Amino acid sequence: MTRPQTLAQKLIAAACGRSAVDEGEIVTCAVDLAMFHDSSGPRRLQPMLEELGAKLWDPARIVLVIDHYVPESDDESRRIVRIARDWAAGQRLPNVYDSVGICHVVVPQHGHIRPGMFCVGGDSHSPTGGAFGAYMFGIGSTEMLGVAVTGQIWVKVPKTLMMRWRGRLAAGVTAKDMMLHMIGRYGMNGGRYQAVEFCGEAVRALSMQERMTLSNMSAELGSQVGLIAPDETTAAYLREAGVAQELNLDRWRSDADADAEWHDFDADSLAPQVAAPHSPANARDADQYRDVPVQVAYIGACTGAKLEDLRAAASVLRGRRLADGMRLMVAPASSQDQRQAEQEGVMQWLREAGAQVLPTSCGACAGYGGSIPDGASVISTTARNFKGRMGSETAQVYLASPYTVAASAVAGRIADPREFMA
Amino acid sequence: MTDHNGTHRVWRVGADIDTDALAPGAYMKFGIDEIARHCLQRVRPEFAGQVRPGDVLAAGPNFGIGSSREQAAAALVHLGVAAVIAPSFNGLYFRNAFNVGLLLLTCAQAEALVEGERIAFDPAAGRIRRADGADPADMLCEAVPPFLMDMVRAGGLLNLLKQRQTF
Repeated sequence: MTRPQTLAQKLIAAACGRSAVDEGEIVTCAVDLAMFHDSSGPRRLQPMLEELGAKLWDPARIVLVIDHYVPESDDESRRIVRIARDWAAGQRLPNVYDSVGICHVVVPQHGHIRPGMFCVGGDSHSPTGGAFGAYMFGIGSTEMLGVAVTGQIWVKVPKTLMMRWRGRLAAGVTAKDMMLHMIGRYGMNGGRYQAVEFCGEAVRALSMQERMTLSNMSAELGSQVGLIAPDETTAAYLREAGVAQELNLDRWRSDADADAEWHDFDADSLAPQVAAPHSPANARDADQYRDVPVQVAYIGACTGAKLEDLRAAASVLRGRRLADGMRLMVAPASSQDQRQAEQEGVMQWLREAGAQVLPTSCGACAGYGGSIPDGASVISTTARNFKGRMGSETAQVYLASPYTVAASAVAGRIADPREFMA
Repeated sequence: MTDHNGTHRVWRVGADIDTDALAPGAYMKFGIDEIARHCLQRVRPEFAGQVRPGDVLAAGPNFGIGSSREQAAAALVHLGVAAVIAPSFNGLYFRNAFNVGLLLLTCAQAEALVEGERIAFDPAAGRIRRADGADPADMLCEAVPPFLMDMVRAGGLLNLLKQRQTF
């Protein structure tokens, strides 16, 4: 009988060919999947690969998503996207997703991330993959080069911070609110680059896309990964995504007696959360920012514009109109989500309320888009509100769930969505 | 990297320095020259123009929070910054920094360092020595493990891979 292990330890042990690993050990792991995008990927990797005179270790294990500089708006973005497309063709990459959505949403939707895998992504929100019971974390381009040529990477076996959510979320309260609450409580380095695992009945009750929002914002909690043990919800999602292979759900969970640091939360009493400028750690109950006027609302990003997020926003906006002078932008997180939202009438309700629909890409979230006006007060479903993050140094950005953003867009001020959900 | 006394001039910045402050999104489409020109412009507008090779940054907790963009570390290397000293770093930034050859020193007392003072350091031993007779004269930091020191000495992972040809 091996010693008790957390899910994080089991995933790392499997990737480094051991039966168990100890907290604090530095081990070298074999990478099952490396994902990157047009900004972090080819334009940075290609010159380094040439300088090294090295080849990709395994093109079949690489996924390229072109999502940051599309649609191309100027000569520089055209150049960056052209490099990505040419390089993908030259390397004969089998897995390329071009202008069909944001990597963290598109890659799972195509079944690339499965329980038990060890993955890296060239983007800080790569912990999103942890929602599937995979060890996935973000790295920079130079470290990605190391993976691209060796297929290996080092990790220090982390402690696990167990975030146990008891009870059930109220209507209009979401995974985004859970994350903002945790970041508000522990701060942006509260995760100390350890492994966070989300568990408890409130987590089990979440849909796959809501779980992805938890794991996604592990980045803002400062953990290396944000894991969720896979279950039937995971399996159903992956079957839908075309994954035919058998999933070993029982294997990929923390042993009950594994050493971990436990943190308890009560889902029943959680109110919608809002994080004030300029940090996600400024999260409080939405009530505390009630009546702060906003002129721009943004529903976008891997964090906040998946199908479930669009549905949430539409459930508030259906049959309502934006407040006078309010601008609402919606940039769906993937084409697949947008198509489904069209079929369900969700996009129509958003447009009828006055929303302007933007292309499915990272857009204003990464500050690459330039669509946030100077001086505006903005409420956004994105993950970060650092000064200047969305492209304007003078914008005041508040973060919230899609429900809260939609309610605020109707009210013209920060509002509690539960007032709109009678 | 160091002046004739083997010491480094300190620039002070605060807590929670994020990657948008180090490498603003609007300049990310350009090369490292242009990104470095705007490094820290939001918090220290004079920094990029006045920093000299061998200078060090001393910061508050959570240095490097935010994006995976390694230009946030490479910009400091480009400007000749010899090290960043802070009580804590974002984990992803920590990896990126060493991968591009930037030395980070995790030091609980980092915020006691003052603007303009001169220091020397021994990263492998985990020691910082203040040159100006300041109190405390010596500070402890976390020792940097040998495999990360190799990365700094080589000037980053790319150079190390080139030297070792292990791929």
